[in-house]
Amino acid sequence: MPRAHSHTAAELLTILSARQLSDGQVVFAGVGIPLLAATLAQRLRCPGLTILFEGGVIGAFIEPGKLPPSTNDQRCTKRANMVLGSAEVLLLLQRGYVDVGFMGGAQIDQYGNLNSSFIGDPEKPKTRLPGTGGGNDIASLAQMIVAMKHEKRRFVEQVDFITSPGFLHGGDSRRASGLLAGGMFRVVTDLAVFGFEPTRGRMQVISLNPGVTREQLQDNTGFVLEFSAHPGVTEPPTDHELKMLRELDPERLYTA
Amino acid sequence: MTAAKISTTASTSARPVPSYLELREQLSRRDRSLRDKVVSLEEAASFVHDGDSVGIGGSTMSRTPMGMIWALIRAGRKGLTCSRSIVSSDGDLLLASGACDHIVTSWFSQGILWGVSKVMRHHVESGKAKFDEWSHMAMGMRFRAGAMGVPFLPIRSMLGSDVRKQRPEAVEIDCPFTGEKILLVPALNPDVALIHVQRCDAYGNAQIDGLQFMDIDLAIAANKVILTTERIVSNDQIRRAPDQTKIPFFAVDAVVELPFGCAPHECYGINEPMIRHMEHYVSLVNKEPVKGMAQYLERYVHEPKSWNEFLALIGMDELLEAARAGKSIYDA
Repeated sequence: MPRAHSHTAAELLTILSARQLSDGQVVFAGVGIPLLAATLAQRLRCPGLTILFEGGVIGAFIEPGKLPPSTNDQRCTKRANMVLGSAEVLLLLQRGYVDVGFMGGAQIDQYGNLNSSFIGDPEKPKTRLPGTGGGNDIASLAQMIVAMKHEKRRFVEQVDFITSPGFLHGGDSRRASGLLAGGMFRVVTDLAVFGFEPTRGRMQVISLNPGVTREQLQDNTGFVLEFSAHPGVTEPPTDHELKMLRELDPERLYTA
Repeated sequence: MTAAKISTTASTSARPVPSYLELREQLSRRDRSLRDKVVSLEEAASFVHDGDSVGIGGSTMSRTPMGMIWALIRAGRKGLTCSRSIVSSDGDLLLASGACDHIVTSWFSQGILWGVSKVMRHHVESGKAKFDEWSHMAMGMRFRAGAMGVPFLPIRSMLGSDVRKQRPEAVEIDCPFTGEKILLVPALNPDVALIHVQRCDAYGNAQIDGLQFMDIDLAIAANKVILTTERIVSNDQIRRAPDQTKIPFFAVDAVVELPFGCAPHECYGINEPMIRHMEHYVSLVNKEPVKGMAQYLERYVHEPKSWNEFLALIGMDELLEAARAGKSIYDA
């Protein structure tokens, strides 16, 4: 097995989340690690992966070393199949053409709800964050992969504010609110990979990343962890994956 | 079949959706004839009044009508409510200058490369300004409803979230056809839209290259449209490629020729973002959101005698590099 040499947490996160995508899928990717991971998957294993951006792009094919600073920049359109309006690309999501939504998050809870709007009481916020962008739309309408750094303050029992819905309060609450499609599928962090228990909609550990113990994972999580029946150990990044990733982001714009 | 059940009408505190006749009346008062609409940047600023609702074209750092925003700040406009799909440093400038105290958008920071805007935080957390958050699709459907001349459109996102709870202007109903829950978002018809394009003629027939964002809906929805353009071309040139025309002249009220009118943001095929200037800006204002911003506004907005002088402050090297990178989108 190829030995993983030193890499940053962001590199690990990008590589592990890229592995969650399959060839032939249509993926709606947010800026940052999701954009980079989808591009990496396209280069490594999934040449038929179609990437959508909310700026209005279908079939993006990002050039190595020319990562866009947002999903609304002209760099996102280079070699794409189609350029269209932002509302149009979001409506494709609502119509159901998107297999996977892929985004990051500032704060997540046990039901996969994401907060990117407020830290603290929204009426008197400690911090006003930038907000949803297309995040709420993607999480409301597609199967979701979330990639984020694993820290106790980011993995909380209940988010301060539901910006992008996961399974809301668990059980049937998502469907009952009118969200009839989509839902959380995977959460990938630098410590572990999570899925969701189907009836309660609660986050579960599927595999621990190399060298991470259950205790260490629990210490870095703000709610009591559940483990799937046979949690595995994530395969470490290969030299090939790291090499390709560093070609894509040589300036470490997203992977510092 | 389940009957339409309107759980509540939209909160009266929210900006009301105009009645259809009011909307038609506002449009019928405009001079929509085929006429030369070319004005100076300063004259165009006089089309915007204190307290107006202003729709801003482009998204994040792309095709932002920065020159027009710059001119509105210099003209001392106050109390504007600004709506845009995604707001970047344009929002910082509008809030810190006192031109605007209310932003309506889906996302507001300078850009993901720089974390959270300290200028946005300063104004919103202190209550000096309001930041109404809608999902990106909701913003699009609000402009689209405005463009369609209907009071709302239904969407399937925002439901169940706290984003929805903060927006009593949106109304949840049971669909009269399927019985499913659906969210009605109100039309947005700004008093005036600011849109930057690559080229248009003197009448306002506008051609947009590349990403169009929500600009076509925004233009049709607004009660007045100010275009800034990289180039004014002849009507004959527009007629050579009418399929490229995205905004018809009769929706446009003023045309300003303003090369590099999005600087330091990008304009598709013209220039990529001027990242060094943006980094200089962000380091200044995110260190000291009040003092740093005042310094920036003084040096880059109020002191230059013209837009060209502002471009000169960004510097020839950076301008040419950004232009070269901008044109590279057309390389094979």
